[in-house]
Amino acid sequence: MEFFRVENVNKNYSGFQALTDVSLEIKQGQVFGLLGPNGAGKTTLIRIINQITAPDSGRVYLEGRPLRSDDIYQIGYLPEERGLYKKMKVGEQALYLAQLKGLSRRDALKSLKHWFEKFEMQSWWDKKLQELSKGMQQKVQFVCTVIHNPKLLIFDEPFSGFDPINANLLKQEILNLRENGATIIFSTHNMSSVEEVCDHIALINRSKKILDGNIHEVRSAYKTNTFDVSYHGKFDEVKQALGNHFEILEHKENPHLNEMTIKHLNGNDNNSLLLKIAAQAQIVSFAERIPSMNEVFIRVVEKHNL
Amino acid sequence: MNKILLIFKREYLSRVKKKSFLLLTLITPLLFAVLMFLPGYLATRETSEEHKIAVVDRSAIFLGQLEDSKSTKFHFIPEAEYQQVKENIQSSEYYALLDIPQNILTVNKVVVFSNKQINLDVKGYIDRQLEQRIENMNRAELVSRLGIPDLDEQMKRIQANISVETIKVTDDGTAKKGSTEIAMGVGYAAGFLIYMFVFIYGSMVMRGVLEEKQNRIVEVIISSVKPVQLMIGKILGLAAVGLTQFLIWVILMVGIFAGAKSMFINEDNMQQMIEAQSENIMMAGNQGALQIMEQVEPNQFEQIVEQIEGINFPMIITAFLVFFILGYLLYSSLMAAVASAVDSEEDMQQFMLPITIPLIAAIIMLVNVIKNPEGPLAFWGSMIPFTSPIIMMVRIPFGVPWYELAASIAILTLSTYGAIWLAAKIYRTGILMYGKKPTWKELGKWLTYRS
Repeated sequence: MEFFRVENVNKNYSGFQALTDVSLEIKQGQVFGLLGPNGAGKTTLIRIINQITAPDSGRVYLEGRPLRSDDIYQIGYLPEERGLYKKMKVGEQALYLAQLKGLSRRDALKSLKHWFEKFEMQSWWDKKLQELSKGMQQKVQFVCTVIHNPKLLIFDEPFSGFDPINANLLKQEILNLRENGATIIFSTHNMSSVEEVCDHIALINRSKKILDGNIHEVRSAYKTNTFDVSYHGKFDEVKQALGNHFEILEHKENPHLNEMTIKHLNGNDNNSLLLKIAAQAQIVSFAERIPSMNEVFIRVVEKHNL
Repeated sequence: MNKILLIFKREYLSRVKKKSFLLLTLITPLLFAVLMFLPGYLATRETSEEHKIAVVDRSAIFLGQLEDSKSTKFHFIPEAEYQQVKENIQSSEYYALLDIPQNILTVNKVVVFSNKQINLDVKGYIDRQLEQRIENMNRAELVSRLGIPDLDEQMKRIQANISVETIKVTDDGTAKKGSTEIAMGVGYAAGFLIYMFVFIYGSMVMRGVLEEKQNRIVEVIISSVKPVQLMIGKILGLAAVGLTQFLIWVILMVGIFAGAKSMFINEDNMQQMIEAQSENIMMAGNQGALQIMEQVEPNQFEQIVEQIEGINFPMIITAFLVFFILGYLLYSSLMAAVASAVDSEEDMQQFMLPITIPLIAAIIMLVNVIKNPEGPLAFWGSMIPFTSPIIMMVRIPFGVPWYELAASIAILTLSTYGAIWLAAKIYRTGILMYGKKPTWKELGKWLTYRS
């Protein structure tokens, strides 16, 4: 089910084209990765979704109708450049931001209590923000983002500043939010986290969308039909069996286990390759190389920049 | 609207709840009093340093006739020592050497030798002492020549002492005792207070905006509220802080005034004490006695109180509030716009200057306006919106025609509205711009951006 749609959006800042004809469709309950190099236009797009700025042309829809000004209550936004009032007490601050997001004082207190307990932050309530460590401040900021139980969450580099343990906790929390029905836009340069949490990605480069799709499909689309095989048997026999449809990129003969990397030159029929090897040797492992998001990112952006 | 209220509340409470706010509010008036009176107090105190003056009196009419003061002592030396003291003045015990020529009564001139340039007090004191002695001699000679033994008494009798009582007749015909001096004082205080409030609270707005921008919290907040709401909420919240402070001061002042009034007027003892004191001074025959007597007339304090009460305080306070709020809104919105456009305090200075110049110009104009509150400078100063909050407040205690007041407020209101509109346009773009210092041209461009 379509939840959020961006249609042919353009934005120009006095001569600088920030977005060119960008369209996106985000489904209900998706974790949508919004990727792109620095300065590509991601932040501008996020600001348009947040209604901080308006597009020069194009439209934005939430649940099938044009975005309205009171939709900001349905959106939670964690900006890349974090910030809270340094001299304000944590509890007061969270309460203030929650009320700005339209919660009543009572509801805000209730919800805050829940989140503070969950993250074991109760003792921070009366502390000034500047008394907390950077990681703790990030936690407070995360809570302030989700406090009003928004339907759409926008996380811009959410893991920066977190240690691995807290980053993991946060990842779990993001997935929990999706379980509970939230739709999430996730913007980051950390491609391994994209692989872990995103269902769908869009890649923006130089103001244009250059890639859009399900994460598995995208990665598959960029695979090179390369396989890693390890086996017991004779290398020469295996090589002969493969014939000229395959190129052996690399091979290593070890006393107990032979390894090789094979590129399928035409087509991607895994079974025929498997059968050909199996006829000559005992296969121990067989795996196709799926490019990481990192590789896809670099290849796509570099190609687009040419 | 609800959002503005939330922001307003945060801005207001986060400042008023601070202990430093209450402390500063109470201490500032004291500080001002000290700043105003301390220099005067220090100046009237005689220096503890003693200046010994060697006197060579060739005319032989001053010996024993020059009075010593606490800080200046005259020491007559024989003519024979003159050369020696003059040459060794630095190492001698004397601060200076006074050389009185034989023919002083005809040349009217003496010479003082010193190592350092002698200070003005000592110079003046020597001057007065010499003159006094010569005048006394002349008077004695005159008395004996004219044969009028009670000349001094008669002279005193012909001295006139008129005090001008000023009465303002208001439009409805009632007469009120007024005092030019008190109107001046009140006008000056009111004008200066506006200047101070606009400056202090305007820069608080500025720092607040810059803090939010530097902290990057602004991005979080404007994903919940419109930038204009944030700006308005902040400006109004700080205005309320200023008004709270003003209110506390008004209450303090009324309290102090009431206290002083009951002390000086209702206690007859005080009266008697003052009278007794002035008689004492008269008896002592001191030079200043006449002047002091003039000052401390028996019902002097009653008169001052009456004059203070003659000032239309409700009117002045109302006008103060109107001009404070309008002037503050005018300046603080512009300051907010400037702060939103820059990244650091250093960059801010460049844009601040054109905004603060009119404020400072108003303070410079103030002195002349007070002397002539009806003149063209006063009139135009109170019409031009950037100076009118200060200049009009200076004029009000003297009485301003209602149509001028209305015109001034109308012009100021319109300008303030324009300034807020302009500021909001710059603010909403500037607050999200990082990295480079904008030029004036760019600020102009921002005005045309779509929100």
